[in-house]
Amino acid sequence: MRGTLDVAAIKAEFPLLQREVHGRPIVYLDSGATSQKPWPVLEAMDRYYAEINANVHRGAYHIAEKATTAVESSRSALARFLGAPSAEEVVFTKNATESINLVAHSWGRTNLAVGDVVLLTMLEHHANIVPWQQLAAERGVEVRWIPVDGEGRLDLTDLDVLLDGVRLLAMTAASNVTGALPPLRFLADAAHAVGATVLVDASQWVPHQPTEVTAWDADFVAVTGHKMLGPTGIGALWGRRELLDAMPPFLGGGSMIQNVTVDGFTPADVPARFEAGTQPIAEIVGWHAAINFLETLGMEAVAAHERDLTAYALRTLTDRFGDDLDIHGPSDVEDRGGTLSLAYRDVHPHDLSQVLDQHGVCVRAGHHCAKPLMKVLGVNATARASLYLYNDESDVDALAHALAEAGKFFAF
Amino acid sequence: MAGLEDLYREIILDHYRNPRNRGELEVPPATLAEGFNPLCGDEIRVYLQVDGETISDMRIGGQGCSISQSSASMMSTAVVGKSVDEARDVLRQFKEMMSIHEHGLDHDEDAPANDRPGASGLGDLEALRGVVKFPVRIKCATLGWNTLDQAIAQAGDKSSE
Repeated sequence: MRGTLDVAAIKAEFPLLQREVHGRPIVYLDSGATSQKPWPVLEAMDRYYAEINANVHRGAYHIAEKATTAVESSRSALARFLGAPSAEEVVFTKNATESINLVAHSWGRTNLAVGDVVLLTMLEHHANIVPWQQLAAERGVEVRWIPVDGEGRLDLTDLDVLLDGVRLLAMTAASNVTGALPPLRFLADAAHAVGATVLVDASQWVPHQPTEVTAWDADFVAVTGHKMLGPTGIGALWGRRELLDAMPPFLGGGSMIQNVTVDGFTPADVPARFEAGTQPIAEIVGWHAAINFLETLGMEAVAAHERDLTAYALRTLTDRFGDDLDIHGPSDVEDRGGTLSLAYRDVHPHDLSQVLDQHGVCVRAGHHCAKPLMKVLGVNATARASLYLYNDESDVDALAHALAEAGKFFAF
Repeated sequence: MAGLEDLYREIILDHYRNPRNRGELEVPPATLAEGFNPLCGDEIRVYLQVDGETISDMRIGGQGCSISQSSASMMSTAVVGKSVDEARDVLRQFKEMMSIHEHGLDHDEDAPANDRPGASGLGDLEALRGVVKFPVRIKCATLGWNTLDQAIAQAGDKSSE
């Protein structure tokens, strides 16, 4: 492997990757669902609780100051990691789903009316579908779809027609099913040319590739912490300042106000305006440690490693199983990330993942919260192996071995 | 440790490879109920023909994993010819077998989860008892049964019209 990461050393930093399941070393290939966490993340969260646990933006005592600084320095680190112009444009949320809901509720209910079009792609996760369908049901907004071709790439043939009347383009940066990578900048430019706003669901991108939200020329970007070595329960929305400034609060409560009287309230400035109630402080701190971990490795190196490993996986699996194995999504490694949705002979994905589990191999079986795309691919479910920085060729080999064993077990 | 043989008993694989009562019935007179497993996208159709008090025929459609398909196949052989009340009783016993008891989840895979072979009158359906050791798969095993439950309710509504 000509990758630039020392994967053995990286693996050693992840306690969960040291354990065994069913008497075999664990082979974790479900990072598309959630990543594992390295010691520095776990230790940062423990240290926060043990040493500086206090509510933020409130007390004037030492540990409260420390906790506040920890939250704000995490926000700054995230802004830098995303290539955002300002930390004040980064709003903490629970996850990418909440980030998209925030935009749908606040920006959507302010800016969209009957007949306005929200354009989605057929690659979207339910998180970037259902909030817009809710808005459609409530406001009479039209939801329109950019289709995909047989390899699960966007079919942009009729893009001009599709863009007619569009007020918002909401698209994934990387498919969580096929790994397909839409041409973000091209689509953002096309959407801006018709006056539309652009939201990118970057959940499956940010953990794997260098990110520059300004290079995409996006207006909103939704991200989540737990797929990029951070804890669950923390995500963020980046938005262009002038858009965020003009948006009303989403959730109401403490922290998000400038003033409250018996007659009403004045909302705080961004980002506090969108951060009602006590935030998950330990998770924000843990996320910062995850960002530091990734920056130390270097996202260019992470991306190069994953590209090499994805190429190895495509080659190994195709050579070994030929037509018995369908790998959904683009066949060219330049067009895709390390997410491999598999169909193996007639073995149902649930049964496949069950046999794989007996070999310690963790893959996800199901519709991956992308049912419209599954319908286009002509399947109800797939078994999905998703690669990350702590995987190497031995993990792919273990997957191939377990697939062969599953073939024997279900030999019809 | 729960191994694959606990889940994929021979009779289960047999029903998966050679599903019984697969197909459709004309609706009406038959009743059709559809069930979905929102986790994996599996879907099942139960066509139910009730004559008087008796389930005279049943057909199973849809697609899914070996557990959901074999469970539905075994269900069809277990309840065709029985009265609606008897079918309800089998249904209740089956779902009881598929329920996770608290102690079953305390000790990871080593727990004796509701493991009392032969304790019920479920016959071949006993083979599905091992599914309880794989909690994620319980919804697969019960998909057909919940759909049957729905079909029986619909058939009851129709006959009381």
